[in-house]
Amino acid sequence: MKILLSKPGLDGHDVGVKVLALALQDAGFDVSYTGLRKSPEEIVNIAIEKKVDIVGLSILSGTHLLITKKMKEVLDTHKLNIPWVVGGNIPSQDVEPLMKLGPTAVFPTGTTVDEVVNFFKKIENK
Amino acid sequence: METPEKNKNKSVFLESGIEVNPLYTSKNVDKEKLDEEAPGKYPFTRGIHPMMYRKSPFTIRQYAGFATPEETNERFHFLLNNGQTGLNVAFDLPTQCGLDSDDPRAFGEVGRVGMTIDTLKDFEIAFKNIDLNKITVSLTINGSAIVLIAMYIALAEKLGYDITTLRGTAQNDILKEFIGRGTWIFPVDKSVKLVIDTIEYCAQKIPKYSPVSVCGYHIRESGANPIQEMAYAFCIAKAYTDGALQRGIAIDDFASRLSFNFDIYGNLFEQIAKFRGGRRLWAKIIREEYHAKNDNSCWLRMIAGGGGGGLTKEQPENNIIRSAYYALISALSGTQTMALCSYDEAYTIPTEKAAEISLRTMQILIHEMGICDTVDPLGGSYYVESLTDRFEEEIKKEMLKVAEWGGIVNAVATGKIQESVSKQAYTREIGIQRGEVNKVGVNIFKREEAAKPVDFHPYNETAAKEQIEKLQKIKLERNNEKVKICLHQVLTDAQQDKNLMPSIIAAVKEYASVGEIIQVLKNVYGEYQEPIFL
Repeated sequence: MKILLSKPGLDGHDVGVKVLALALQDAGFDVSYTGLRKSPEEIVNIAIEKKVDIVGLSILSGTHLLITKKMKEVLDTHKLNIPWVVGGNIPSQDVEPLMKLGPTAVFPTGTTVDEVVNFFKKIENK
Repeated sequence: METPEKNKNKSVFLESGIEVNPLYTSKNVDKEKLDEEAPGKYPFTRGIHPMMYRKSPFTIRQYAGFATPEETNERFHFLLNNGQTGLNVAFDLPTQCGLDSDDPRAFGEVGRVGMTIDTLKDFEIAFKNIDLNKITVSLTINGSAIVLIAMYIALAEKLGYDITTLRGTAQNDILKEFIGRGTWIFPVDKSVKLVIDTIEYCAQKIPKYSPVSVCGYHIRESGANPIQEMAYAFCIAKAYTDGALQRGIAIDDFASRLSFNFDIYGNLFEQIAKFRGGRRLWAKIIREEYHAKNDNSCWLRMIAGGGGGGLTKEQPENNIIRSAYYALISALSGTQTMALCSYDEAYTIPTEKAAEISLRTMQILIHEMGICDTVDPLGGSYYVESLTDRFEEEIKKEMLKVAEWGGIVNAVATGKIQESVSKQAYTREIGIQRGEVNKVGVNIFKREEAAKPVDFHPYNETAAKEQIEKLQKIKLERNNEKVKICLHQVLTDAQQDKNLMPSIIAAVKEYASVGEIIQVLKNVYGEYQEPIFL
């Protein structure tokens, strides 16, 4: 399974996304990472170009609701129908509103690396 | 050395990989050196001043951001009226990345994590009726630092201040932004050139201004161990120093204005030894390699603060206790300035209550614990002194590794450092999750907690809209012919590799915006392409 991880928005907190990328690689996945400050348009274009099976967004600046909404619009525009997940500094009260915007899963701070890796394994086996 | 008794016990290692003996005795220390070293005396292992906190306690300087220049101005007045004299200003991400409020890439980020600055007008509002000689302003700005420093100078000049006595500091450490924090804009070599421009200009015109604060802090937060934190910071500081010397600035005209920002979390003794050993090594580098004559050129002046990296979302109240220990470590390490992350900072921008607890933690340390009574109270401890020597040695070794990677600028441009730091962050995180690294409330002494709603700072959309309107109004009202000429001057100066401070100061005085000036430089320098090692 091909995974694309990205950091939309302007925040530079990339320790978490890089740790996750290394963990997913260790678990045998084919992982690419876009680097910082990518717009939803750029991310979706890279996803299409690389033919990835799933996209993960890491957001830690508090802009998760805005970016997730935008991401859903861009995915719809490009008719890209693949699973996508959002992780980062997401307060518990925002998890439900975020889920309603369309991602397959939301991983707030405190989620263990193993939990996320297991989720990706489940998606792969579906 | 292995002793038979020790073999019976499991070995203990610090995060830095240094093994800890069960007992330290006089055999572990160099007695002659101990007798020689004194606070305020080269190489300053025991502190940079002879009387340290006995004369005046460390400065408390919390990081704070206010969305608009108007709110920031209110806060300045509040602080001044309450006897404070300094503020560490946070900027929003568009300002930090050199984007104007009306840039589509700034959407949703205007004023979110700090103050928005588009033009000099915003600085004029933020500093309205403030005596710039009475308050020292620390600008936490890096990628776009040259523009913001220019604005501060332009403001002072416009208001008629004598800039030869103007004080203040800027973070302006771009090399660490490529390793952690990530508000880079231009390619690495051009980014360093801009830092050197600010150093050169300040050395010539604003000698009391501290243009750079080198940050080991964010490097450690990104996963580096304590040895690497110090080693990489020193390599970065040397890169700026070398650049300044190449412009013909004398070491003693520059080194004393250089300061450092370091991180505290993890093992108590390891951190203290890191600072004591680091202080000795930095003094030796500046005197022996750079031949500085003045003692104050050799000082490792620092802010050492309790870092977010040690705090947890689980049982967040435990972070209050952790931070109190971090504060103790900082004071026992002889810091000049202290700041603490607040207990809720692992998951949100601190609430007022949490920020107040941080402030009180440091005040209790100063006023109740006797921490200021005597200088370097751990000096002479067999363990601390032995570990201090070891850290001096290990930091030096790590710096040699960077040299083997082709120097810090190259090691950052190729992503070598980022890769090594990220892999370490991964190892540490896995260590915590597998229970090899203990973290109370996370992998030991856990308690089932229902997810609590977090006090979250709601995004002020109205303020963002007003900021954009203000910018558009300025763009209409300013002398656009003059702005054009000024921006062209910035362009030609950049093409001819001149110091950009004079042309940027002239441009901001005409209300050219941060985004406009940064765009001109992007046209000349291009943008940094992040090396991806995955």
